[in-house]
Amino acid sequence: MDPKLLVTVILFGPLIGAAVAGLFGKRIGDKASMTVTTGFLFLSAILSWVVFSQWTWGGLEPFTVTYAPFIHVGNFISNWSFRLDGLSAVMLVVVTTVSSLVHLYSWGYMADDPSKPRFFAYLSLFTFAMLSLISAADFMQLFFGWEGVGLASYLLIGFWHHKATANAASIKAFVVNRVGDFGFALGIMTAYWAFGTIEFAKLFPLIQASVGQGWDFAGGRFSLIDLTCFLLFIGAMGKSAQFFLHTWLPDAMEGPTPVSALIHAATMVTAGVYMVCLLSPMFEYAPVAKNIVTVIGAVTALFAATVGLTQNDIKRVIAYSTCSQLGYMFFAAGVGAYQAAMFHLFTHAFFKALLFLGAGSVIHGMAHEQDMRRYGALQKYLPITYAVMTIGTIAITGLGIPGIEIGFAGFYSKDAIIHAAYEAGGAGHPLGYFAFFIGILVAGLTAFYSWRVAFFTFNGHARWTPEDLEHHWHNRDHAHDAVHDDHAHAAAAESHSEPETDHGHADHGHGQGHGEYKPHESPWTMRIPLLVLSLGAIFAGFLFHHQFIGEHNAEFWRGAIFHAPVEHAGAEHHAPLWVVWAPLVVSVGGLLVAAYMYIWREGLGAKLAANQGLLYVFFYNKWFFDEIYNATFVRAAKFLGDLFWKGGDQKIIDGLGPDGVSALSVEVGKGAGRLQSGYVYHYAFVMLLGVAGLLTYALWAWAV
Amino acid sequence: MPLLSLITYAPLAGVVAILALKLFGQSEAKSAEASKWVALVVTLVTLALSVLLVVQYDPANPGFQFMEEAPWFMGLSYRMGVDGISILFVLLTAFLMPICIAASWTSIDKRVHEYLIAFLVLETLVIGVFCALDLVLFYIFFEFGLVPMFLIIGIWGGQRRVYAAFKFFLYTLLGSVLMLAAILFMIGSSGTSSIPELMTYHFSPQAQTWLWLAFFASFAVKMPMWPVHTWLPDAHVEAPTAGSVILAGILLKMGGYGFLRFSLPMFPNASDYFAPLVFALSVIAVIYTSLVAFRQTDAKKLIAYSSVAHMGLVTMGIFSGNVEGEQGAIYQMLSHGVISGALFLCVGVIYDRMHTREIKFYGGLVTRMPLYAAVFMLFTMGNVGLPGTSGFVGEILSMTGVYQVSTWTALLAATGVILSAVYMLTLYRAVVFGPLTNPKLAAIEDLNWREVAIFAPLILSTLYMGVQPNSVFNLTSASVDQLVRVYQAAIGG
Repeated sequence: MDPKLLVTVILFGPLIGAAVAGLFGKRIGDKASMTVTTGFLFLSAILSWVVFSQWTWGGLEPFTVTYAPFIHVGNFISNWSFRLDGLSAVMLVVVTTVSSLVHLYSWGYMADDPSKPRFFAYLSLFTFAMLSLISAADFMQLFFGWEGVGLASYLLIGFWHHKATANAASIKAFVVNRVGDFGFALGIMTAYWAFGTIEFAKLFPLIQASVGQGWDFAGGRFSLIDLTCFLLFIGAMGKSAQFFLHTWLPDAMEGPTPVSALIHAATMVTAGVYMVCLLSPMFEYAPVAKNIVTVIGAVTALFAATVGLTQNDIKRVIAYSTCSQLGYMFFAAGVGAYQAAMFHLFTHAFFKALLFLGAGSVIHGMAHEQDMRRYGALQKYLPITYAVMTIGTIAITGLGIPGIEIGFAGFYSKDAIIHAAYEAGGAGHPLGYFAFFIGILVAGLTAFYSWRVAFFTFNGHARWTPEDLEHHWHNRDHAHDAVHDDHAHAAAAESHSEPETDHGHADHGHGQGHGEYKPHESPWTMRIPLLVLSLGAIFAGFLFHHQFIGEHNAEFWRGAIFHAPVEHAGAEHHAPLWVVWAPLVVSVGGLLVAAYMYIWREGLGAKLAANQGLLYVFFYNKWFFDEIYNATFVRAAKFLGDLFWKGGDQKIIDGLGPDGVSALSVEVGKGAGRLQSGYVYHYAFVMLLGVAGLLTYALWAWAV
Repeated sequence: MPLLSLITYAPLAGVVAILALKLFGQSEAKSAEASKWVALVVTLVTLALSVLLVVQYDPANPGFQFMEEAPWFMGLSYRMGVDGISILFVLLTAFLMPICIAASWTSIDKRVHEYLIAFLVLETLVIGVFCALDLVLFYIFFEFGLVPMFLIIGIWGGQRRVYAAFKFFLYTLLGSVLMLAAILFMIGSSGTSSIPELMTYHFSPQAQTWLWLAFFASFAVKMPMWPVHTWLPDAHVEAPTAGSVILAGILLKMGGYGFLRFSLPMFPNASDYFAPLVFALSVIAVIYTSLVAFRQTDAKKLIAYSSVAHMGLVTMGIFSGNVEGEQGAIYQMLSHGVISGALFLCVGVIYDRMHTREIKFYGGLVTRMPLYAAVFMLFTMGNVGLPGTSGFVGEILSMTGVYQVSTWTALLAATGVILSAVYMLTLYRAVVFGPLTNPKLAAIEDLNWREVAIFAPLILSTLYMGVQPNSVFNLTSASVDQLVRVYQAAIGG
């Protein structure tokens, strides 16, 4: 079939699904809404793989389909279009595969939710926005998709809108992303101002000629391209939850778990990485901006990993893990290894979606309990979940054997990033070694927190009783997803006792009698996605590393990724032996420490936490970002708002203006109160006469 | 009869009919009901004629079309015409008027005839403003447009309507006196009152300065720009819902239209000279009023302050003097006309039911009013300028335009992107989300068919203009290009 037709179906299928479920969901019912949206998504996913295989093995050439003009004002020209190249081909399969599996998974996970059509409509709407983001041929459509996924994310985080925490989290996500978009929009305007176009195909060839334009700033040279790229990167920082703009992502876990897997792990949050890779023709000529990308990426990787060590909410640990892995992708891009960044994006999508959906399966089986301190010994109750979570954990910790190059997905991509950073250091990139050492350190931390989740959940002794779960089940309202401490937990359990529709919960296979709740495995709709993603987590690296980062990667990318002539991001065989083996060593180290603390000396973790060591408190409170932001930005906005309103508008402007004038005629004002509306007529009449009289007089004076 | 005059005066036919009903109708209630239908039909006919106007308009011709010219009195002429800049404001007015009539269907129960007459007269005057090509004629339409609005607030308004009407009157009077003086001077020194002729007349730089300031006084109040904006929140709060729709949707745009029709083409050097002042005031408007909006406890006041912030983007776009800025400003005005009108209607829906605009009173409406929640969400997103809605296009273009001439202005104005999200989402959450705890809301009802019919055209326009803005730019581009060309030539840019 014509690839242009294929991509069009891929793009608009989810939109049609979203429209049907969103507009007619009530009329056609839950089942129909779910079938339509899921059906279109599977269609998109299958066609995406067709396009991707044509791209990879069939020699498909890059093309752009233009559907309609969007904005044509002066040189500010944007069209609705679909740009297919190496980057968008990769993203197509990532987005539609994970999205279709998440749609299917939600059949089970959301089975007892009263507003299923709305949920599925949002999921499909998100997918459409994400697809329009990755297929943009100019900055306007990119921005459309960019904010469109933000809208879907906002709607889905706040999906359970009776929950105060969910509403707060959704607003936070939108506003923090808007801070990023503020930079993004300015970056677009800067690009337009500097180059006179916002179309990628016209913009990229102009970049090289502008090298050298810029300013001396703080002892360094800051070029026009640096400025543009830096501003655009602020957008990426918001969307991809990088340091300073990361605070929304952990809170976004308020949304239903399938949403976390799709949007806040596999696809939307990687949009920032995608953008930087897409704009490699610009970033390659922006050394300062690239350094910023490297530093922010590395710092985020470290920061998020340290916080992830201490969290007790299973979803929050995985959220910080996502944040940290995105940091890897950014510093890879920052040192010029865009291929490795995209490869990690690709493999990460599989194993992170797997981990989230696995966590969802645990949560589902544990009466929506999310606090890992109330898990333990779930291995025998949730055998399939246990197996797939273990696969996901092996994949994210990057286990594999460097000598023969065989391993799980994360092994290929993460090691490629670490090696690229090392080589960049060797090639004189000042921040290469910095990123490399952080990369190694974080690999160890990643192994620890990932295995901690696995062991804390599935091994050791049960820290729950059937009565607890029964109680939890009856008092839940999907409410206490976020568990910070026991107080909040108890408060949440009490305050959310709003009765829901009767679920029966029969398909979940646990007894209805009091005190008989047992953790249970999930239905097949949830298990199939887990199994498919497990295959991805095992094989995605092995199967595709030749294409993405191998010797012949240029043939795979076909111009989508650009390298400035001097830059060089090579494969791993230049690295010395210790560099090749270091990631595996620290990873196994992290595994052993986690096993020691949570299996062999079970309870050690809790003891350490109870000590409230300084570093622990700092990490546990997420480096106090929320507190600092509340004390500064939020308070300042409220203070200034009140000041301008009550001081500026009421006291100064009105006081000197209209109120001052009317104070001069207090008597008239008193009379006005009595006369009421009749008085208004008089006013109007006098005004009419006055205007007419003035005009007539003036005209007469002029005419004579 | 020529089409423009037909559109302009068509609403007056409705006035005559309603007067007849009032005088000769059997019972007050029956004739009031009939009058509503008359007003609705008349405004719909006006809308149909406006659509016809747009269809017949030649977008390739940048000049004035559908010209009408007739000698009037004392050497003045009656001149009408539209170009790519004004034609869409005619359409916007005609589009919003039937919506206003429908929105007042049940909420106005006193002096219904007079109320409808006020709206119909207002429509004639406002359309006249956008069509007039003679200074004196423009002035008459422009100033007399105040009167019905003044009455709508003062008679059918809320508790503090007299204060609000008075404030509204005081501010606008200040501006109009200065503008009148300027108009007289212009006629005196150029010897013509024809707007097309004046657009090619060259005033001395010194004269331009004074004339620019005089017009600025009037238009800045209308927009309104900071710091002469404080009449607007009060006027909105006290005005009946339909009054707010017209006020925000159309009357504010008369200021922006004035800048485009007079300030830029007739006083280009002064416009260039004063542009930094306008930029400064616009930036203050964006940041200051956004922060004030964030702290409001009255839903209508919040949206009113948000209007001031959005108009800040319009003024900076206009005085950027390039195609992106002008198109952005025009688009922002059209879009804001639809979206802010819709937002005031959203507040009106719950005000009609509960008779309070206190944000705190509400909460959890989505459980009882899912349809309303969806509609309100769409316009909330429009107001924060989400791409895909009409709000985005104007914002990005205005900022892009001003970026070319003043980077700092664009930078500071772009913070509005963040702030608008803060106050709109906070409002939306407080009203729609959360648990429904107030027992008085337990029986609140979702949108009825009449309200759905009112919102439907607004929803479609918001989305259509968000996805296909180019269909609008096709109409405006010739005239805007010419405006920019002449302006740039005059300032030597």
